[in-house]
Amino acid sequence: MPQSRRLLVVVGVPIFMGATILRAADGGIEFSDTLEQRLIACAACHGKQGEGIRANEYYPRIAGKPADYLYRQLASFRDGRRTYPLMVYFVRYSSDEYLREIATYYSKLQPPFPAPIPPSATKEVLARGEALVRKGDPAKGIPSCAACHGTTLAGMLPGIPGLVGLDPNYVSAQIGSWQRGVRHADEPDCMAKIAGKLSGPDTSAITAYLATQPRAPSMVAAPDTKEKLPMACGSEPR
Amino acid sequence: MNSQSCKRNVVLLGVVLAAAMGTFGEFGLHNAGAQSTKATKAQSLPSSARNPAQTDGEYLARAGDCVACHTARGGEPFAGGLEMKTPFGTLYTPNITPDPETGIGKWSPDDFWKALHEGRSRDGSLLYPAFPYPSYTKITRADADAIYGYLWSLKPVRRRNTPHDMQFPYNQRNLLMGWRALYFEPGVYAPRADETPEWNRGAYLVKGLGHCDACHTSRNLLGATVKDKELAGGLIPLQDWYAPSLTSNREAGLGQWQISDVVALLRTGISNRGVVFGPMAQVVHDSLQYLTESDTQAMAVYLKSFAQSGMPDDPAQIRPTEGQSTASFESGAKIYDTHCKSCHGASGLGVPPMYPPLANNQAISMEFSVNPIRMVLFGGFPPATRGNPRPFGMPPFSPSLSDQAVADVVTYIRQSWGNRGKAVNAADVARYRTVPVD
Repeated sequence: MPQSRRLLVVVGVPIFMGATILRAADGGIEFSDTLEQRLIACAACHGKQGEGIRANEYYPRIAGKPADYLYRQLASFRDGRRTYPLMVYFVRYSSDEYLREIATYYSKLQPPFPAPIPPSATKEVLARGEALVRKGDPAKGIPSCAACHGTTLAGMLPGIPGLVGLDPNYVSAQIGSWQRGVRHADEPDCMAKIAGKLSGPDTSAITAYLATQPRAPSMVAAPDTKEKLPMACGSEPR
Repeated sequence: MNSQSCKRNVVLLGVVLAAAMGTFGEFGLHNAGAQSTKATKAQSLPSSARNPAQTDGEYLARAGDCVACHTARGGEPFAGGLEMKTPFGTLYTPNITPDPETGIGKWSPDDFWKALHEGRSRDGSLLYPAFPYPSYTKITRADADAIYGYLWSLKPVRRRNTPHDMQFPYNQRNLLMGWRALYFEPGVYAPRADETPEWNRGAYLVKGLGHCDACHTSRNLLGATVKDKELAGGLIPLQDWYAPSLTSNREAGLGQWQISDVVALLRTGISNRGVVFGPMAQVVHDSLQYLTESDTQAMAVYLKSFAQSGMPDDPAQIRPTEGQSTASFESGAKIYDTHCKSCHGASGLGVPPMYPPLANNQAISMEFSVNPIRMVLFGGFPPATRGNPRPFGMPPFSPSLSDQAVADVVTYIRQSWGNRGKAVNAADVARYRTVPVD
């Protein structure tokens, strides 16, 4: 070899099913037999702590979302209910067990939230958003977001995700995905039904309002109230 | 959604049928008749090369990776419906559960044998070679019957077959006769007397059930595998992956691999020499991880037996690996230091088997650069297998690196630590940035 190798001897680091011992590492290698190390691939888009990348609406915050929700999403990418190509590629040949472990890992992380985005929408739009989020639109058969996603909008255990700390364009894109039939949850797919009732201006109003909502440093999904939800949801059976 | 390993065969369909157009006629008909007389000549493998578990139909169906093509994403296993897009139309794989109306519930063992061995459906129609009967013809009658028995033990799933949507003239199945006359030779694998039972078992699995040549052997213009290039590598156009040569040491050539490395790669998806991604990840996930160690060992012994050793490099490929001074190489070195070194090391040694070595890794430096470019762009996880249930992933760099930056770092990797690959440029990267990854 033309180049000199700096061989670092790492003693007693158990790796890979305990079958072998890492004998030598090349210069500059930072390796540990941890789940965090396994998931550096995910960090490229979702951040080291699952905080998401704010500049891109397709790299959402996943930290602190309920494990059951995250598992279902990972399995959905694997099994064809969700379609984002890179996610499908990543989990295509994964196992239920591993996906559950990954989901649990991110559900426990609590990185700081980004500051709320100063509202750029008009007062009227924000008022409409607030009404939809807090009270729904009974005339259109739209339940409030807060009824399921919690009064703090941080989600509800075991499987309802938080809505704060997400890029408005991400939320908008998800509603659009349900409307176009490219995102699915387990039947009955309540969010598909709700999305089907939302107009374009309503969607914009909801996302604008959500973006302004305060987020506490340690915001976690609300406990399971066991109460009946406004609609039947296959991913949140009650 | 398309299953990865199925597509390679579909790609060939166009050329296959184009060939058929030219040769359809008496010759084709005559030969088709001749095939049926050979069809019943089943041979069995040496019994010493088998064990009872290996005669199990489920095991054999795994070895044949039937489930990969006969299952739609998220669908019932073996109930078919996988969409296989081709430039000539779309195929939909059939339901092979024992449902009498929509599956193979009315098929006899003879019907099933005819499909595997002759490439003919129950009604006598010719099957598209997307179904790899040129390989499956090598399967013994006993094994075919065992697979049939297994499929019959499955829960019948009622899912009517989706009609193929092939454009004219590709929807004319009889045109396949010409191609078959030229290139399809039915016949069960004949063990070679001068080789060991282990070698013969490996050959049977590689050439028959495993249908490895569907991807790893290049095809001629008529879509037939090239006999003297067996397992010498092939580009998979619709998937934009390259299935490396298993013979040339400039690619995945196994001449420098230990048998144990080959076995580890096939059974777990990772090894001290390389890691599987892309279509091969599917093959390991759905099929190879379930094979016994003795069977994967046999495959490795067979594959290694014809691997070349010390083959001289093609002069066109040789590039100096020291004193590189191109701007691209220099830029790539800096990018490597920032993004790659923490896992693959300053000298490209990696942390095998979790992070493969890049130094002396033919998959990096082989002539077709698509695989290393894709790896940098999209990263990925090896398959979760029984031997590697919690794989380590590689980050995608498509979100953060420009085409030029990816070209630079791939060039650096292909030309460092003794690797002698050609430089790649930004246009090469741009071409693959937009390929479907799912």
